[in-house]
Amino acid sequence: MLLARIVGTVVATRKDPRLVSSKLLLARAVDPKGKAEGNYLVAIDTVDAGVGETVLIVSGSSARMASGMKDVPVDAAVVGIIDDIDVTE
Amino acid sequence: MILARVVGSVVATQKRPQFEGAKLLLVQPETPQGEARGVTLLAIDSVGAGVGELVIVVLEGRAAGEALGKKLAPVDAAIVGIVDQLECVE
Amino acid sequence: MQLARVIGDVVATRKDPGFDSTKLLILQPIGADGKDVGRTLVAVDAVGAGVGEKVFFVRGKEASFPFHPLEMPADAGIVGIVDHWSTVKGKK
Repeated sequence: MLLARIVGTVVATRKDPRLVSSKLLLARAVDPKGKAEGNYLVAIDTVDAGVGETVLIVSGSSARMASGMKDVPVDAAVVGIIDDIDVTE
Repeated sequence: MILARVVGSVVATQKRPQFEGAKLLLVQPETPQGEARGVTLLAIDSVGAGVGELVIVVLEGRAAGEALGKKLAPVDAAIVGIVDQLECVE
Repeated sequence: MQLARVIGDVVATRKDPGFDSTKLLILQPIGADGKDVGRTLVAVDAVGAGVGEKVFFVRGKEASFPFHPLEMPADAGIVGIVDHWSTVKGKK
């Protein structure tokens, strides 16, 4: 899983019917200290996350194991909102 | 999923049977600011996207197969949404 | 599977219910020479690992297999704590 910050939202009317009523968020990967790194990605929200929050994103086929995502064509899902990160270095 | 711009389409007569009836588009990954990023990809279109549109592309085999509606299809990318509106705070 | 150092832990109250009672740790993947390679990631812990330890982890849906029949949306999981390893260039 990766740590990411929610930087925006995406609205799409025309989309796969299995994505109707799900919220799409724009996220950018961050390192454990919160510094942005790497690319932006679009992820399905399953925990009611919002812009500015640091979240946990699962990617690949495992994203479909998130609540309600079985058989939905997604490869990234927000599955947690980070309260606290503790790093030793 | 990633954001990408549809930049073209691909026609192929000789292809795996699972591709029959599927539309193949060329997509260029892009940042929310509209800057091209990385190599151009081929994606299956299941939502009726067209050249010039900003789309949401799923980049994983089984998810792409779900979008195509066929099991065990040899695909790894599919367009699953067309972006109407994008909001980015960065 | 890949070697990694556990460099931190993550606390998340609001999360997928599948993660209830699992521990989430931050990993820095390392190569056979012990040097950092690639980006840090978050993994579920299936072996009781802690910060500072060297571990090995699996990527993909298989990360949730140690918790079977529980299911969780995990794509990386710690499946072993490394005591030491050796290569032709020496032992770590």
